[in-house]
Amino acid sequence: MSDPNPQSGSPDKEPASEAQAAQTALGNTEQAEPATPGRSAPESEPKPSLGRLFLDNLWAANTFTVTLLSLVLAIVVGAVLMIISDPDVLSTYSYITSRPSDALNSSWTLVSEAYANLFKGSIFDPEAFSGWLNGDNGWQAVLAPISETLTYAAPLVFTGLAVALAFRGGLFNIGAQGQATIGVILAALAGFLLPLPPGLHLLVAVLAGALGGAIWGFIPGILKARAGAHEVINTIMLNYVATYFLTWLIVQNGVQDPTRTDAISKAVDTSAQLPRLLGDNLRVHAGILLAVLATWGVAWLLNRSTLGFELRAVGANPDAARTAGISVTRTYTLIMVFSGILAGLGGSNMVLGSTASALTPLVVAQIGFDGILVALLGRVKPWGVLLAALLFGALQAGGNRMQSYSGISLELVTVLQALIVIFIAAPALVKAIFQLRAARAARLQTSLAKGW
Amino acid sequence: MEPGEIHALLGENGAGKSTLMNVLYGLYQPDEGEILVDGKPLKLKGPSDAIAAGIGMVHQHFMLVPVFTVTENIMLGAEQVRGGIAGFLDRRRARRQVAEVSERYNLRVDPDAVIEDLPVGIQQRVEIVKALTRDVDLLILDEPTAVLTPQETEELLTVMRSLKAAGKSIVFITHKLGEVKAIADRITVIRRGRTVGTALPEASRDELAALMVGRSVRLTVEKGTATPGEPMLEVAGLVVDDDRQVRAVDGVDLTVRAGEVLGVAGVQGNGQTELIEAIMGLRPVLAGTVSLGGDRIDGWKTKKVLRAGVGYVPEDRSVDGLVKEFSVAENLVLDIYDRPPFGAGLALRPDAIATSAKERIEQFDVRTSSADAPVGTLSGGNQQKVIVARELSRPLKLFIAAQPTRGVDVGSIEFIHSRIIRERDIGTAVMVVSSELDEVIGLADRIAVMYRGRIIGIVGPDTPREEIGLLMAGISPDAVSERGADAAPTDGTATDGGPASDAGSANEDEA
Repeated sequence: MSDPNPQSGSPDKEPASEAQAAQTALGNTEQAEPATPGRSAPESEPKPSLGRLFLDNLWAANTFTVTLLSLVLAIVVGAVLMIISDPDVLSTYSYITSRPSDALNSSWTLVSEAYANLFKGSIFDPEAFSGWLNGDNGWQAVLAPISETLTYAAPLVFTGLAVALAFRGGLFNIGAQGQATIGVILAALAGFLLPLPPGLHLLVAVLAGALGGAIWGFIPGILKARAGAHEVINTIMLNYVATYFLTWLIVQNGVQDPTRTDAISKAVDTSAQLPRLLGDNLRVHAGILLAVLATWGVAWLLNRSTLGFELRAVGANPDAARTAGISVTRTYTLIMVFSGILAGLGGSNMVLGSTASALTPLVVAQIGFDGILVALLGRVKPWGVLLAALLFGALQAGGNRMQSYSGISLELVTVLQALIVIFIAAPALVKAIFQLRAARAARLQTSLAKGW
Repeated sequence: MEPGEIHALLGENGAGKSTLMNVLYGLYQPDEGEILVDGKPLKLKGPSDAIAAGIGMVHQHFMLVPVFTVTENIMLGAEQVRGGIAGFLDRRRARRQVAEVSERYNLRVDPDAVIEDLPVGIQQRVEIVKALTRDVDLLILDEPTAVLTPQETEELLTVMRSLKAAGKSIVFITHKLGEVKAIADRITVIRRGRTVGTALPEASRDELAALMVGRSVRLTVEKGTATPGEPMLEVAGLVVDDDRQVRAVDGVDLTVRAGEVLGVAGVQGNGQTELIEAIMGLRPVLAGTVSLGGDRIDGWKTKKVLRAGVGYVPEDRSVDGLVKEFSVAENLVLDIYDRPPFGAGLALRPDAIATSAKERIEQFDVRTSSADAPVGTLSGGNQQKVIVARELSRPLKLFIAAQPTRGVDVGSIEFIHSRIIRERDIGTAVMVVSSELDEVIGLADRIAVMYRGRIIGIVGPDTPREEIGLLMAGISPDAVSERGADAAPTDGTATDGGPASDAGSANEDEA
């Protein structure tokens, strides 16, 4: 993660995201920037927006070491939570002064087993390996943890990229969830309504997912560009619209599975499903390959294309971009469309892949919101996002095993994910707020007073 | 500092003048060293300590509440109350105090005037009164003349003299040599955070400039006579609003010919910015026409205007001119990144960008560690050279430079000026907008003066400064020639005798 952008000569030289959006999202009520791409009052220095400072700090602070330390810290806090939430272990603490070994032993057993299961479920299970050597089980069991990790990671790569791309362009796309939802709907409809030959069917279904996301990204994009409507508000609203539309759609005639009474749609035809990579017993599917391809594509787009140049310029300084003849409104719209396409692809992974093959109200899970965390953890750089998504995928996969073997609730994984991001993002955010205050105070005291 | 002394602090932008004064005023903490007041070391934790120690400061940009009256602004932060706990504001006493102070130092400030109605020069005097009511002995004026017309500057110097006569000490921060020579008792020159010399006002301008820059510089722009050709830019009846939907440009007619420099002079905020932005397609044209070499270009997108052969140096480089996080190389192609050889279809050509960056860094003498360094790490002068290099590296019909040398060191000013003249000599129409009268006079072949959104007069470059100064203050040429008592501004919206007294005293000065 030290150099997530191998394509660019030096990735840190071109941070790009002005993201006044972030300040709203991050709960800052102070208005530092007009929402419309209009010209702000001339000053000797452009206003440092909270989002901009946050991103700078995120880039400055979030080295590989910091990420690793955050991971360790999150694991420690997670261990404390496990102990507190286990009544048996907790009871040993009532007599810790007389027999501390009880408390320590039971805690250690609980925590170490839980984390061992997390590891075995996501990366490598020694028992399966020795079982394979002895001939007790096939090679698939050895690869099963990795397969699970990749399966969970694939959609997160897409939504993470969606959020990261928008962030680089100065927009905070909270709507990856909604875009993924519309993506999943169109992908599924194309998957079970269109009678097409294999291959073509899959292609059409995947593209339908992308189209769905594109539409759902275009709406807030055009509203932002033309009317200055804030994309954070609009994408949040559209998330709700998408979710309830899905809930409504599932139970309509022609969509709902005729053999079922609960809310579930027909299943996607096998001709439209992403092929499994390692046989039918392992769930890993071609989605992860598409995800790597998408990562490469976004990295190219950002660093090597004219569109990426515009996007980064608009993200870093919309005024200068406009003065240089770049159409800020067009760029905002395009950013949201591309962001939507990526989120939509993430959504299609959820129904064309192996996690589900039919629409249910919860078919997209939380991939849109997790995408925000993944993007931040990946320093909003494409290859960083890929790695962050793999980490989150691993936590998810391992969490399943941890739940079934150690009885630790799957929610703990969510807590761990949140903690990691908090440990990384919070210092950057706190610093950014302090710098913003300092900058503002200094400006107020030394120069800025628009008294006339 | 002696009592009753005017001490000028002279230095280039970024030399450390303002930082030093902010330390004095308690805004910044010194890392090392100490401040002595009356022989005693002083620890300043904030501006209030400084005020208590008798140090007052007038900032470059005023700290006034525009909708409050003069009295209210002066009370602010030092409200006097009566009635004990009830805490009624003692307006009357404050008002009396203001009147008294302004009387004593001959500042002529009306205590009941509302700030936003006052011209800039008077607002500055309000700031001075504010400092004086707090009983300061040492007054710091940070670049007080930057926003003033020549007449207002002259007024300010008079005020400073009367303060000096009353025994107050003044630190006068500036980078304008003429003012320093006119008023200072002693001059300290600062360069790169160090005192490089102390001089007496008798020192010549060239000596002072050499101290400031560390070498001798030309203060005038060398140029041959212009050979104006066909009209290139024609603006007729242009009307433009500013961001607040207030009329900023109100019926401007202008012509710039190929091979000449048209200078646009005027105090900032009189519509120059909006005029240029409208020409560039950055701001909607509400009425009138703009044509370039005969083609109507109003309503065109900025990109199209740039492509048609217009080069543009925006007035605020860090906001509009550069993307600070981008590298020097990227900023050098900020408006041509998608044209060959830099872009082919959707792909960028990093090699071509790097090669051309190298050439232009060489050609335009941009001092940077590398072409990949973020442009924000460069000094102001070099940042400006990056913009100039970008704009002058393609064939132009029209070159518009707004405040091309603001916040730029003297060496770079010289370079940029010579580049502008060279562009004129190859037959480009050039329009230079600047609030530095010297710059306009030095560069221009014709000078248009803007006041309140109109071109109030077009004069030759050999017109006396005072006359241009009066135009900048809104006194039309007829009034100037009359030199009568009715030399009031034509629109008469300003109140409290501000502009009128300005004009009156200006005329006295002139006489």
